[in-house]
Amino acid sequence: MPKQPIADFTIERLSILAPSGQADESLMPDLSDSQLLQLYELLSYTRMADQRALDLQREGRLGTYPASLGQEAAQVGSGFALRSQDWIFPAFRELGVFLCHNYPLELIYRYWSGDERGQQSPEGCNIFPMSIAVGTHILHAAGAALAAKYRGDDLVAAAFLGDGGTSKGDFHEALNMAGVYKLPLVVICQNNQWAISVSRQAQTAAQTLAQKALSYGIHGLQVDGNDVLAVYQATHEAIERARAGEGASFIECETYRMADHTTADDAQRYRDPQEVEKWRQRDPLLRMRRFLDQQRLWSPGDQEQLELTLKERLNRAVRAAESAAPPGAEEMFRYTCHQLSSRQQEQLKECLDGST
Amino acid sequence: MAEITTREAINQALHEELERDEKIILLGEDVGLYEGSFKVSKGLYAAFGEQRVIDTPIAEAGIIGMACGAAMGGLRPIAEIMTVNFAIVAMDQIVNHVAKIHYMFGGQLQVPLVIRAPGGGGNQLGAQHSHSLEGLFMHFPGIRVVCPSFPADAKGLLKTAIRSADPVLFLEHEELYGVKGDVPDGELLIPLGVADIKRAGRDVTLIALSKMVYTCLEAAEQLAAEGIDAEVLDLRGLNPLDMAAVIESVGRTRRAITVEESWLTGGWGGEIAARIMETCFDVLDAPVLRVAAADVSAPYNKQLEQLAIPHAEDVVTRVKELF
Ligand SMILES: Cc1ncc(C[n+]2csc(CCOP(=O)(O)OP(=O)(O)O)c2C)c(N)n1
Ligand SMILES: [Mg+2]
Repeated sequence: MPKQPIADFTIERLSILAPSGQADESLMPDLSDSQLLQLYELLSYTRMADQRALDLQREGRLGTYPASLGQEAAQVGSGFALRSQDWIFPAFRELGVFLCHNYPLELIYRYWSGDERGQQSPEGCNIFPMSIAVGTHILHAAGAALAAKYRGDDLVAAAFLGDGGTSKGDFHEALNMAGVYKLPLVVICQNNQWAISVSRQAQTAAQTLAQKALSYGIHGLQVDGNDVLAVYQATHEAIERARAGEGASFIECETYRMADHTTADDAQRYRDPQEVEKWRQRDPLLRMRRFLDQQRLWSPGDQEQLELTLKERLNRAVRAAESAAPPGAEEMFRYTCHQLSSRQQEQLKECLDGST
Repeated sequence: MAEITTREAINQALHEELERDEKIILLGEDVGLYEGSFKVSKGLYAAFGEQRVIDTPIAEAGIIGMACGAAMGGLRPIAEIMTVNFAIVAMDQIVNHVAKIHYMFGGQLQVPLVIRAPGGGGNQLGAQHSHSLEGLFMHFPGIRVVCPSFPADAKGLLKTAIRSADPVLFLEHEELYGVKGDVPDGELLIPLGVADIKRAGRDVTLIALSKMVYTCLEAAEQLAAEGIDAEVLDLRGLNPLDMAAVIESVGRTRRAITVEESWLTGGWGGEIAARIMETCFDVLDAPVLRVAAADVSAPYNKQLEQLAIPHAEDVVTRVKELF
C-alpha cells in the first residue's frame, strides 16, 4: 500500500484595495458610488466615536473601554455586508459593526459607562449583547443559525471574535457543529495580532487562523482586514453561500490593534513601537480616502463637512447618554429574574429604604 | 518584618517557592511577559524563564486540564486563572477531575495543584466578572478552598498550599492587592484550616474571610463607639473549615453573624449557621444571622453594585438586631 496524499488544502487571502488607494478592478465588489461613500463615512464615524469614548474615559465619564483604532475596516466592511435581518453576536470590540446597523451611539456610551440598558437593542436592530467573556458567544450564534435554519428564515447568524478567542474550546465546538449541520453561520475574526500581551504567534502555532475552518469542513478565508472592500466582499460572499445552503464560513481579517487592549492597559510595555509604526502605514481610513480621491468621489471640502456633521452627532450622543436617568434598584432585581422570590422582594425593599 | 502589600506578599511566596522547588511551575494568561493582569507575578518570568513561568493561550479549561495532567505527571503547577469568573469555564476540570482524581485512583495519584484566582466585586466589572465563588467551591469535598485577608496570611497560606498534597483553590480579592500589612521576611508557613481572631471581643462574633474581614473590622469600630464589643474571626478559608475556632468564639460571645460578599441564598453562611446550631445551640443568646449580597446579578452601575454588596453599615445594623 503506497503512502499518498488523500487531501489537499489551500488558504486564500483576499485583498482588493492597496495602501496607495489603488483597487483591483477585477475584484471590485458590486457597490454603487453612494455605497462607497457610505463605507467611508462609517469608517470615519467609527474612528471619531471611538476617539470620543477614549476622551470620555479619560475624563472619568466612561468606564474601562476597549478601543477599535486601526480595526475600523474589519468592522465596517463586515457590518455593512450583514443585512438588517441577520443576527449579530459581537465580542466587545465591534463599534463599527454597531454603527453600520444604526445602533444608537448614545446606547453604546451608556453601556460603557455602566448601564446594562445600553445593550437593549432598538426595534429592528438584531444585535445581541456584547460578549466580554471570550469566545462563548460563537456557540450562541451557531445555535441561532440552527434556529433560523429550522424555521426557514432568510437570515444568517454572524459572530465576531478576536485572534485570542480562537484558542477557546467554544470556538472549536461551534465551528465543528456548524460544519456538521451546515449552518447559515458566518464567523468573523478580527485578528488584531494581540490578545492583551499575548501575540498572535504565542496564541497558536498555525500559519493562519483561517485554516482552522478546514478541520471542521467549513469555508475559510483570510482577508486584508484593513481593506474595507475586501472585508465587505468576503462577508458578502459568505452570506450568499450560507443563504444558498452551502453552510458556514470563517473569515480571518488580518488587522492591528493600534490602541492599548483597554484603557486599563499599557501596550508599550510589551510590544515593539516599530511594529505599531509599520501598521500605521496601512491605515484603513486613509486607504479608502485615497481610493475615493482617485475616483474623484471625494474632496477636502467633503471631508471638512463630514467631520463637522459627525462631531455634532457625537455631541448629541454624549448629551443623550449623560442625561439618561441611571438604573435603579428595581431594575437590578427585575433583570435578574422575572418573578422575584419573597427574599428578593424583601431585599429590594431594604435597598429602596436604604438608598433614599 | 516589613510592611508590604498583599500583591507583594503573594509575589514573595511565589518567588520563594519557585526558588525552593524546581518541580513548581506557574502558568496562565498573561502571567509571564505581562507579569499578570494584576501584576502579581512581577519579576518571575525574568527570574525563572519561560520554561517555568508560562504564558498560555486563552483557554481556561485547557489551562486547568493541563495543570492537572502536569500535577499527575509529577510537577507542582500553580495555575493562575485571570479572574475566578473564568474558573467557571474550567468547572468540569476543577470539579470532576482535579477534585476527584485522587479518589478515583484509589488514593494512588495525587494532584498537588494550586489554582490561584482573584475575584470579588466593587470594580464595576459587570455581572459576569464580579463573582466571589468560595461558597460554591466549598460544596466540593475534594478541593481545598483558601481565602486570605491580611498580606501575611496571603503569603503564609500560599506557601502551605503550594506544598499541600491536595489540590487547592487559592482565592485572592482584587480589592486587597494594594492593601498593606506587616509580613515576616523569608519562610512563613500558615497551616490551612486554622482561623484567626483579627479582633478580640466579648459581645458578638463576626465570622468572615477575605475582604469582608476588613468590612467586619470597620463595623467593629463603629460598634465599639456604641458600646458593643465585637470579635472578628477570620476563617482564612472554607476547606478545611476551622469549626472549632467558631465554636470556641461563639461559646464566649454567645452571638454570631456570618458576613460574606457573595449571594445570601445558598452561601457559606448558611452552612456555618447550621453547624453552630447543631453544635452549641444552648450557648446562643440570639439566632445566628447572616449578612451577604442581595440575590441579584452584579450590576455594572457603580451605585447599584455598592448597594448589592455588604458594607460595614449593613453589619452594624444586623448586629444591633441581636441585642
Ligand atoms: C473566558 C475569558 N477568559 C479571559 C478573559 C480576559 N480577557 C479579556 S479580553 C482578552 C484578550 C482577548 O483577545 P482577542 O480575542 O484577540 O480579542 P481582542 O482583545 O484583541 O479584541 C482576555 C484574555 C475573558 N474576558 N474571558
Ligand atoms: Mg486580538
